[in-house]
Amino acid sequence: MHMPHDFDASTALLEQVNHALNNALPLRIQGGNSKAFLGRKVEGEVIDSRAHRGIVSYDPTELVITARAGTPLAELQAALDEAGQMLSCESPSFAGGATVGGMVATGLSGPRRPWSGSVRDMVLGTRLITGHGKHLRFGGEVMKNVAGYDLSRLLVGSFGCLGLLTEVSLKVLPKPRQCLSLRLPMDAESALRKLAEWGQQPLPLSAASHDGRALHLRLEGGEGSVAAARERLGGELLDPTYWQQLNEQRLAFFADPRPLWRLSLPNNTPLLALPGEQLIDWGGAQRWLKSTAEAAQIRRIASAAGGHASCFSAGVCDSPFQPLSAPLLRYHRQLKTQLDPQGIFNAGRMYAEV
Amino acid sequence: MSILYDERIDGPLPAVDKPALLAALREQLPDLDVLHTQEDLKPYECDGLSAYTATPMLVVLPERIEQVERLLKLCYQRGVPVVARGAGTGLSGGALPLEQGILLVMARFNKILEVNPAGRFARVQPGVRNLAISQAAAPHELYYAPDPSSQIACSIGGNVAENAGGVHCLKYGLTVHNLLKVEVLTVEGERMTLGSDALDAPGFDLLALFTGSEGMLGIITEVTVKLLPKPQVAKVLLASFDSVEKAGRAVGAIIAAGIIPGGLEMMDNLAIRAVEDFIHAGYPVEAEAILLCELDGVEADVQDDCERVRAVLEEAGASEVRLARDEAERVRFWAGRKNAFPAVGRISPDYYCMDGTIPRRELPGVLRGIAELSAEYGLRVANVFHAGDGNMHPLILFDANQPGELERAEAVGGKILELCVKVGGSITGEHGVGREKINQMCSQFNSDELTLFHAVKAAFDPKGLLNPGKNIPTLHRCAEFGAMHVHHGQLPFPDLERF
Repeated sequence: MHMPHDFDASTALLEQVNHALNNALPLRIQGGNSKAFLGRKVEGEVIDSRAHRGIVSYDPTELVITARAGTPLAELQAALDEAGQMLSCESPSFAGGATVGGMVATGLSGPRRPWSGSVRDMVLGTRLITGHGKHLRFGGEVMKNVAGYDLSRLLVGSFGCLGLLTEVSLKVLPKPRQCLSLRLPMDAESALRKLAEWGQQPLPLSAASHDGRALHLRLEGGEGSVAAARERLGGELLDPTYWQQLNEQRLAFFADPRPLWRLSLPNNTPLLALPGEQLIDWGGAQRWLKSTAEAAQIRRIASAAGGHASCFSAGVCDSPFQPLSAPLLRYHRQLKTQLDPQGIFNAGRMYAEV
Repeated sequence: MSILYDERIDGPLPAVDKPALLAALREQLPDLDVLHTQEDLKPYECDGLSAYTATPMLVVLPERIEQVERLLKLCYQRGVPVVARGAGTGLSGGALPLEQGILLVMARFNKILEVNPAGRFARVQPGVRNLAISQAAAPHELYYAPDPSSQIACSIGGNVAENAGGVHCLKYGLTVHNLLKVEVLTVEGERMTLGSDALDAPGFDLLALFTGSEGMLGIITEVTVKLLPKPQVAKVLLASFDSVEKAGRAVGAIIAAGIIPGGLEMMDNLAIRAVEDFIHAGYPVEAEAILLCELDGVEADVQDDCERVRAVLEEAGASEVRLARDEAERVRFWAGRKNAFPAVGRISPDYYCMDGTIPRRELPGVLRGIAELSAEYGLRVANVFHAGDGNMHPLILFDANQPGELERAEAVGGKILELCVKVGGSITGEHGVGREKINQMCSQFNSDELTLFHAVKAAFDPKGLLNPGKNIPTLHRCAEFGAMHVHHGQLPFPDLERF
């Protein structure tokens, strides 16, 4: 399993961080650069995690894999696949070079997220180079661990603003024995109504999306439950590559030249009148929007429904992530100041003030 | 080293003038219930870790969030330490009071505010009992998954503060995996929302950070939990083994077969005998170890999985495999496991429950290590184990009336936790550090890691008023603790001043 290019570059990374700390140089953390379009632009010297790569340990019977941050996500997935296991959060790559570190830093999860959990839910432990120039370890390789504050899960989705992630331990799961995708033509309103009803029943759903014309479902589980659900739900068989195209944003919907917005909403939110074209994922809890409307208008609609909106197209608005309430922003800044006192890590990537 | 707050090594506490504080509370919060006499304070001197007690200066029992808000503002201005407490069932002394502080009891916030079946969530006050949530959701065929064994009594606020677990964590996760949103009050008495009604929220994941933070970062005032559809069926297999090693290997083999059981529990012979005497669960008292494997889900899948697991268990050398014939037998099999602690309580005047986690493959070696410690210190140890997720609960049997036995039990407990850390595990899987395991934190984390924890604390509570002395030890405490545990002739934290 250990590839010839497995390499521990943590000493060099630590040196680069210490050099930056000593000279007050801001750093821009970069892995495969596949999600550079997300968040605000960062000024600074590039610190590249990709030399620090390789799977450190993987024992399928422990359901845990540990990999260095620069490990290509595809390499991690291949190792799991070989053992009949998977990362159930199904994080998108967006480009060939996506790394494990980038997956954790951006915290993006795929279609299975409402049923199997997010990247954050899979993270068990991390190693981190801090703004004090130390290489530290938090959490570990066990499922249950409540010693100290949960820094590992705090780092997920922090876009490198709290330190440089060097290693991560993730919970993995066996692949389902049976997997089947269905297409049920119906309008979006009916689809959301059906999903709210099915959500309260023990159905083996693992993905649900509506593309404007039909409800797309994925069933995963044992042979018996999948066959029974197929019988009950009806519809026609769907080419399962739909889910990958949705996850990697390669469906025709995403080719629309208007800016792309992501709305994260309570799962029982009815169909929203949005200014543009929309596509429903996560059984209704995530809605993609192609729109030229103002950020404020989109966010007003998302907030009113109990959710939030982020812009997935670079350079469209100065605050791609939904602005924080005053107390939340204050504690974000205090946390940033405590963990990265000199502000060298990805300053301003999430919010101008953090 | 005493477990009680020691200003010499845990850091100075602000001096609080009790009569002046009481007068200020009565003036500014005239309708707040405040307990201040010795006999009224007595019932609050400990939580579920009853071996350790401290009388709080004052106990307050608010009924409205506005009271908590004003109380925190007052305490922040006057520099008064505040220890939050829910139902007081915690096993690590996380709600152990401070003699120089207020004990803030949240138990009266016991209303279920909303059960939303279409949204699959429940919004509740922090004093609502864990089981009450599932009971309220039951008419909709939904439930709240985390089920610590204290679920009849423990409150959801405490569950969030400790990131409570239970016997179904491998499949359904810990508290942190089953939350949507938590409303908190900061140390300054400001309202803040962590998480959201959606599956994520903008900014840093402060919901994850606060979960398990043991009341050190803020006070929880409302919790929104996820509800899941109840599994259609659940079946339990009981397998007997003539060695603990075989049972341990069987656990790995079940996982390797691609099966994630709803629950997977192991008990050793001493625990089996104690339980059988007490509950008559039908356990095989001659077995060296038993495994309880629960499979839940859709009927057809559960049938298939039962056959698969049975084959795996037989292949792994089980001397007997029994499928609970009906619901009554299934409940009886579980009653044995869920009553393991009180059952052990019947065969010993006192017992001390540990909570370490280990990678599962390390189980045989760790059990051997525990047996050696048991022999060395002359104290029996019964083992119950959440085998699916690597969480061990060794129960150390002792008699507090025999001079020196409590200290010996603590010593064995400490060594077991250090053994867990040595094999790559953790000193606590679900009970929390609290005050109980404050010294063992020095084994699991180095001084730089502890310093970062203190930095996190400083971001939310710079004056250190929320639950002082819990969860994260001072470096001075670790230096003192290290001085008692010199490894290979080298002191940990050599650069620190020693007292």
